[in-house]
Amino acid sequence: MQNSFEDIIEKLDNHELWDFPGGVFPAERKTLSNQTPIVRAAIPKHLYVTVKQHIGVEGQIIVDVGQKVLKGQALTKSMNPFAVPIHAPTSGEITAIHKHVSAHPSGLPELTIEISSDQEDKWTKLYPLIDYQNQPKIQVLTAICDAGISGMGGAGFPTHIKSSPKKDVDFLIINGIECEPYITSDDRLMREHAWQIRQGIDVLYHLLQPKHVLIAIENNKPEAIEALQVACRENANYRVCIVPTKYPAGGEKQLIQVLTNREVPAQGLPVDVGVIMHNVGTCFAIADAVFSGKPLIERVVTVTGESIENPGNMWTLIGSPVAHLLTHYEYKQTGQKRPNIIMGGPMMGFSVTSDLVPVVKTTNCILVPTDNEIADNNEQSCIRCSACADVCPASLLPQQLFWHSKAKELDKAQEYNLFDCIECGACAYVCPSEIPLVHYYRIAKSEIRLEQEDKQKSDKARVRFEKREARLIAEQQIRDEKHRLAAEARRHAMKSNGNTAKDKIAAAIARAKAKKQSTNIVDEKPIELAEVPLANKSEQDAEADASTKVSSSNQRVQAAIARAKAKKAAAEVIIAPIGMKVDLDADDLTENKCKTKQQNNVVLNSSPAAKVNSTESNIAVEPTETEEQQIDMKKHRIAAAVAKAKAKKIAKIEATIKENKPS
Amino acid sequence: MSLSFAVLTALLAIGLLALVFGVVLGFAAVKFKVESDPLVEQIDQILPQTQCGQCGYPGCKPYAEAIANGDEINKCPPGGDVTIKKLADLMGVEPKSLDAAHGQEDIKKVAYIREDECIGCTKCIQACPVDAILGAAKQMHTVIVDECTGCDLCVDPCPVDCIDMLPVTNNTSTWRWNIDAIPIKQVG
Repeated sequence: MQNSFEDIIEKLDNHELWDFPGGVFPAERKTLSNQTPIVRAAIPKHLYVTVKQHIGVEGQIIVDVGQKVLKGQALTKSMNPFAVPIHAPTSGEITAIHKHVSAHPSGLPELTIEISSDQEDKWTKLYPLIDYQNQPKIQVLTAICDAGISGMGGAGFPTHIKSSPKKDVDFLIINGIECEPYITSDDRLMREHAWQIRQGIDVLYHLLQPKHVLIAIENNKPEAIEALQVACRENANYRVCIVPTKYPAGGEKQLIQVLTNREVPAQGLPVDVGVIMHNVGTCFAIADAVFSGKPLIERVVTVTGESIENPGNMWTLIGSPVAHLLTHYEYKQTGQKRPNIIMGGPMMGFSVTSDLVPVVKTTNCILVPTDNEIADNNEQSCIRCSACADVCPASLLPQQLFWHSKAKELDKAQEYNLFDCIECGACAYVCPSEIPLVHYYRIAKSEIRLEQEDKQKSDKARVRFEKREARLIAEQQIRDEKHRLAAEARRHAMKSNGNTAKDKIAAAIARAKAKKQSTNIVDEKPIELAEVPLANKSEQDAEADASTKVSSSNQRVQAAIARAKAKKAAAEVIIAPIGMKVDLDADDLTENKCKTKQQNNVVLNSSPAAKVNSTESNIAVEPTETEEQQIDMKKHRIAAAVAKAKAKKIAKIEATIKENKPS
Repeated sequence: MSLSFAVLTALLAIGLLALVFGVVLGFAAVKFKVESDPLVEQIDQILPQTQCGQCGYPGCKPYAEAIANGDEINKCPPGGDVTIKKLADLMGVEPKSLDAAHGQEDIKKVAYIREDECIGCTKCIQACPVDAILGAAKQMHTVIVDECTGCDLCVDPCPVDCIDMLPVTNNTSTWRWNIDAIPIKQVG
């Protein structure tokens, strides 16, 4: 039975809190870096902005290589509720969009936009939303999403999703615990920017409408407590809660337990018990986004460890390579046999694989310890002391999880609630055998996750395979049915009208004959070609006619060519006085008229002018000139025949080409 | 008289009971009829669904049916030892090592079509058991990587050998925390 709101408030009024099971008390080492104010360093020459820096999906890239960008300009666009855009941390030119070593334990390359800064740091136009209280909530949420804000405490969950819950919220908890040793970025931020953090809380209050706001700070940060108490003095609904220092009090589920004694169910979310939690850094970023329109392009990063000359906190542009920070804070290699840079704290952080790893939105600390500061990995056998079980904040059985994870008995590990492990590292911290327990859990978790993915994929493949089989069978059936129907129709037609088949065969034979005839005509009687269509029409059916039409039009063309050639030949052969007549003759010939008609045609077809000439001289001249004329005619006919033969040859070639080519 | 009456009542009572149970069982057999062999379904769930046919059966389901009918459980190279172990657990037999006659266990791969060499013959599309290849006649084809099971069946039919089987690349979400494999780079 979870505690009611009133019970919790009553207990908080008495300055009492609950506790979570387990927990450890590692050396804090926070004074290394929390003594100096946050500094602002030079802008790095090259920035590597990872496209996906949060839990969810990456946005769509909207810039190109070579493009000049201004500080704060969006580089990706949110196309999905779980996509959060990224922005240019400074003005400059985009030099590459490629895979670059990522801020991930694996160091595997991820899609990254590389920007070469122009050192001008010129802002793009910003759109603040100062009267957010009068704006619809969706507008404010959009502004938060467009500013690229995702949880800055560690997991990087998109803030706009966390700020629009479907359930009622009793408590909005602002997490300023920062329980991990060494890290002081939130501490310094609270001390120096308590006012702006409160402004961010105001925005969240407006969005979530919780009954009460709890600002939780560990009692090892008195300055931060004071600063926030002052900042929140005017609002009765805001309460700064001082939480005893214990690791991992800053874990989401643990802090909820400490403040409200409510337990978040396994696989559940804090909102299931009426709680929403945000990190102080996120509140600061929200205030930046709403009141000045600035997107999330920089964050406070602690650079600490004994291998750092003068540790401290720094406003770091997202995308700055780790090397840039180390140069600023003077990394000294004397304490380290092998360079070891840890991103995050000593309990939950990971060693980076290269000094070009960029700072991302969730990077809160760069720890560069000497070899003496961090224990060597000197794993020995488990002695079953069960110290791990005593300190587990999630009340799990780390020993059992260890056995099953190591033996790859993944289902048994799941039976022991492997996925409720928050990977805080308390068990590994107390282990006398120095077993890197969390590492084994992480391996087991990733194996299970991938196995589930494989399972999903194979299920999908099965469905696709079965659908395909069904489709192929259906297609085959349709085909068979079609064939059957066609066969039936054929059989039916044969039965009902036996003659048609015979008729068709007869018609086909007739067509073939007609074709043969027409080709014979083309071969042997080119002169009569012009008459072929007519003859065909009278003798053959329409189909045969169509086939000959092609050849007849072809013949006409050839005839025209022959005419032209004959004309030319005639012009060469015939002498001037009888040029007119011969010309006419040549024309007649090419018109495919008979030889016998020629004489008459000369007279009949001659033009009026020629007629006048001939009627005047014909009677007198004809007897004397007949012989000469006949010789000329012969010559001319030979020339015409040669031209015709040529034309025929061309026609034949063209006909064969046409036959070969399907129309 | 009373004795025969008692015997009769007993017989009648037993007979009635038998009739009632018979009816109930008969009804249950009809009402709660199992659609298909659940064992085949269970085996099919374990098999990797690559539909590659390396086991000698046309797909995973037919092999699942064959196993249910007593075939060996070590004929599935894509599933490898993990699948054999699970099948052994399910079937209550001793796990065996993979039958080499059906191939070796290999790393995960997906098909990739070198698109400028593709002539658009659609032969790979017909070969793909899970419809993971997209394309049309005389048009370039491409593989939907997310749907490809890496079964290899499209490689042989390709007349221009433009299909490669590429190993699946690791990224941060598919990484298995094999932290020792990280190359340490000199810093400073």
